[in-house]
Amino acid sequence: MLDACDHRSEDTLRVEDPPLLTGAGAFIDDLGTPPGTLHAAILRAPHAHALIEGIDVGEALTLPGVSAVLTGDDVRRLSRPLMVGVKAPIEAWPLAVGKVRYAGEPVAVVVAESRYVAEDALDLIHVSYRRLPPVMDPERALADDAPALHERLDSNLASERHFRYGDPEAAFARAAHEVAITVRYPRNAVTPIETYGVVAQYDPHEDAYDVLANFQGPFSIHAVLSRALDVPGNRLRLRTPPDSGGSFGIKQGVFPYIVLMALAARVAGAPVKWIEDRLEHLTASVSATNRVATLRAAVEADGRVTALDLDQIEDVGACLRAPEPATLYRMHGNYTGAYAIPNLAIRNRLVMTNKTPTGLNRGFGGPQMYFALERLMRRIALELGLDPLDVIRRNLIPADAFPYTTASGAQYDSGDYQTAVATALEDGGYAALLERREAARAEGRLYGIGLAAVVEPSVSNMGYLSTALTPEERAKAGPKNGAQAAATIDLDPTGAVSVQLDSVPQGQGHRTVAARLVADILGIDPNTVRVIAEFDTAKDAWSIAAGNYSSRFAAASVGAVKIAAERLRDRLARIAATQLNAPAEAVVFEDGRIFAEGNPDNAVPFARVASASHWAPGTLPDGMAEAIRETAFWTPPELAAPTPEDGINSSLCHAFIFDFCGIEIDRTTGQVHVDRYVTMHDCGRVLHAGMVEGQIRGAYANAIGATFYEEYAYGDDGAFLAGTFADYPVPTAMEVSDPLILHIETPSPVTPTGAKGVGEGNCMSTPVCLANGVADALGSEADLVLPLSPARLMPLIGGEEPQPPAGAAPRPEPASGGRTLTGSGSAQVAASPQDVWEMLLDPQTLKSIIPGCHAVEEVAPHIFRADVTLGVGPVKGRYIARVALRDLDPPNSVLLEGEVNGALGTGGGTGHVTLTPAEGGTTLAYRYEAEVGGKVASVGGRLLDGAAKIVIGQFFEALGRQAGGAKPGLLARLFGGRS
Amino acid sequence: MTTLAATETHTVRVRLNGRAVEGRATPRMLLTDFLRHELHATGTHVGCEHGVCGACTIRIDGALARSCLAYAVQVDGATIETVESLAPERGRLSVLQTAFQRHHALQCGFCTAGILMSLDTLLGAEPDAGEDRIREVLAGHLCRCTGYQPIIRAALDAAARLREGDADA
Ligand code: FES
Ligand code: FES
Repeated sequence: MLDACDHRSEDTLRVEDPPLLTGAGAFIDDLGTPPGTLHAAILRAPHAHALIEGIDVGEALTLPGVSAVLTGDDVRRLSRPLMVGVKAPIEAWPLAVGKVRYAGEPVAVVVAESRYVAEDALDLIHVSYRRLPPVMDPERALADDAPALHERLDSNLASERHFRYGDPEAAFARAAHEVAITVRYPRNAVTPIETYGVVAQYDPHEDAYDVLANFQGPFSIHAVLSRALDVPGNRLRLRTPPDSGGSFGIKQGVFPYIVLMALAARVAGAPVKWIEDRLEHLTASVSATNRVATLRAAVEADGRVTALDLDQIEDVGACLRAPEPATLYRMHGNYTGAYAIPNLAIRNRLVMTNKTPTGLNRGFGGPQMYFALERLMRRIALELGLDPLDVIRRNLIPADAFPYTTASGAQYDSGDYQTAVATALEDGGYAALLERREAARAEGRLYGIGLAAVVEPSVSNMGYLSTALTPEERAKAGPKNGAQAAATIDLDPTGAVSVQLDSVPQGQGHRTVAARLVADILGIDPNTVRVIAEFDTAKDAWSIAAGNYSSRFAAASVGAVKIAAERLRDRLARIAATQLNAPAEAVVFEDGRIFAEGNPDNAVPFARVASASHWAPGTLPDGMAEAIRETAFWTPPELAAPTPEDGINSSLCHAFIFDFCGIEIDRTTGQVHVDRYVTMHDCGRVLHAGMVEGQIRGAYANAIGATFYEEYAYGDDGAFLAGTFADYPVPTAMEVSDPLILHIETPSPVTPTGAKGVGEGNCMSTPVCLANGVADALGSEADLVLPLSPARLMPLIGGEEPQPPAGAAPRPEPASGGRTLTGSGSAQVAASPQDVWEMLLDPQTLKSIIPGCHAVEEVAPHIFRADVTLGVGPVKGRYIARVALRDLDPPNSVLLEGEVNGALGTGGGTGHVTLTPAEGGTTLAYRYEAEVGGKVASVGGRLLDGAAKIVIGQFFEALGRQAGGAKPGLLARLFGGRS
Repeated sequence: MTTLAATETHTVRVRLNGRAVEGRATPRMLLTDFLRHELHATGTHVGCEHGVCGACTIRIDGALARSCLAYAVQVDGATIETVESLAPERGRLSVLQTAFQRHHALQCGFCTAGILMSLDTLLGAEPDAGEDRIREVLAGHLCRCTGYQPIIRAALDAAARLREGDADA
């Protein structure tokens, strides 16, 4: 155990700020690129599930400025699949190989002289898809008849594991009550404001890649990357830029693009830069998992829970990609939350669906888990007629039980949950809040109080993921555990101090905290310490745990800095001791000077001693190594590998949070107003009050988004429906209220500074606290599904929806994944049926009569491919149509089957055309039925119908013209002939 | 009205942060790309390219604008101010910038350039702006890191100091 120390930097101004405030930040897209750098753009799948039957890049390659196009064949030829976290025959590639499994999946990469040209070329790549039915719902994905996403796996179940701790069956048999809840947690992500960026280079002589990316770690992914690129680790140099525009876990997900751009650079023979756009980021970067969890609790009459049974279905999206299934297993030691529940049963199933693959996201497994657990605790109270607060208090782990080992093996390092709760209730004004609720309710208002108690883990055990494997599989693979943190401190020839971190900050002020700590230990001015945060796997000291996630900085990275600084100080003390004629133990470091205790007048400047090893190594005390550079690695011994019984200390530190809130629902609008929010944190020693507050406020704001607004929604057809900030409404200053933040401190005995992580807690506690408040206000225990939008809440508020006023237009149909269009009509053409028939079968004629058509090609007998530009309301885009003529009965009738694909949407349908001789020519009758999906489908049924009518009208008008002029007046019937 | 050839690059001259500068742009080049990659003024950031996040907010002829929603050729001859113009001189910060630092009103700093431009403009036009007004203006920006409250505090603090005539914070 290491001593806790007190290196607080209360009101230090951040060294990070001045450049960021003046526009001098160095984010990835701000940095210069190597000469000759080309730019990449990515073609993405318009379908959620489809076979790729062919990709034609010929036309794209002829566009001036285009250097290369990369497709699945190149990726398969030049790289290996991305590693998968469980033993299952799943192939994960950074770009679709043969099949697309989610809308937005990369299908091809264009490399060109500019981003503009590269995007132009995307329109010239022709992909033919054969659509497959998409699997969108995790429960339905498990059905026997569900189409399997991965051919070599005959179902969509990637892994199933059962765990049992204590004796849950006996506890359930004995229990006075059993209370259950099923919770569906949706998809969302704390999408950062800066998107992904990668600049990649390839050196063919050394077969080595050099990549700059705003990656955030964990650097265990470096091994995944070098394996995928098929090079040893030392042939992949991965660097990060000095500044990164937020991550919240999401920037772990840039890693497939690192592979992709590295390969693109190799194929193009030049450095390649790619900056993701927002549509790409929302659609296809990384999402948190959605989860269906059924929890059962064995409960005593007084509300004490004696056993918990969890059945969890985790939807990881289209493929189980590293570091998944970490979202599910990161919390494995914590499934009993803040409660002393000795018996636990868990069934975990990992399911794949046609959605974007999942990954790290602030809270990482905690939001999903606590939403279920804390909704359950409230339900227990209601079913037993108890006060929800009492149920929480009765179950909390007692203060004298620390360090406490949970049923599934986590070691809770420190805490005093009772004091935290009591302090929160007192200082947060809980009694007054109860009165406020009573007063509001007396007026008939919908006011509710919500509660949540949460344990926030930090500093992940690199071994927790192996809990997903069976003990036998683990034994074969060898143990995985620990969490190496690294820091290096350098003394240069002027005696100045530099620090290299392994934490890859994204705005958390790591440089400020580290400078302060090192300055304190060495007795120098923090402003003289320089902290380097950009990361370089070729030159820095690092290990697989490096990076910025699981709130590891304050607890782990700072710990390594402290150890390195202390070692250096001890060596400098020995050097100074000879000069000061004092024992090393009595040497004091203060104000940039070094002196013997009690004799500050006889001091040597810090810089002289600090530079001595450079200038006069011969004067060092005998046998002493130089004091020039010190690298410390620190891994907490507490982070052991899973036991054969599946016990796992999944994280090093465990902070405690207790939240309560008062919310009001507007009866008329269904809008929720957060009236009061109190959040109590015990995150051990607080290293920098302002930054801790910043972390809490940030997570709180993210949680407001997840609770009320944000969802990565999909249509039933697999189309992604939240591709812009208008469809994925991140909360603004108008929506985020001001929480009251309270603290108590029980320092961690297992971290060098006594600090614990604090960055993720409110993402875990706040959504369920607010949902419990909403449930309390509604007086209903209906299953609540996030986000709690007015549309979801209005039906629960009850009361008739008012009828629209008389004469008002009917309500538009609610948006769904796709739309069906039907219509029919007829036209009179001044040509014989045989002539019309021939025209309809001739590509050249078709090209001139199809509205917006750029080209028509007969790709096979009676199969045409057309390239058309279509505008539907505000949505104009270029589409590729494939039309097959079937049931040909010349010159009488034909059946057309077609499919249309474009970046903005897709469609498919059939049309039946009959030709009958009429006076002066032919009567052509048609009827059609079509399905439209994607962005286009969201423009509304009336617009779509109107657009279809116009396009079809233009088609027959042109046909008539081509045939020598339709009879005047007859064309008008086109516009009235639809049904 | 001038017509521009779509495929050609054109010279665009602007007064950027007090200096006359020029660069080349095709008619479809976004103003954000022009500022950042042609004129190398990378302080203005791009978060969405569809006008919602506010990271790209600048002043064009004194009025706030989303530079991701404008084409470079549209600003030919205009006066443009970006975040790089706010500090009184190199190595010093404005009252508003100092308040941001003091109140931890930024973390990653990616959204900050646009927010500073909006608040600087607000405090210039409405020195008495109170919390509600500041919140209203700030609601045109997305910040994922701070939870907004520290930004509001910083703006209120800066407004008070500016009213007292404290030009250097
Ligand atoms: S980049 Fe212009 S508003 Fe987002
Ligand atoms: S400070 Fe990071 S987005 Fe605002």
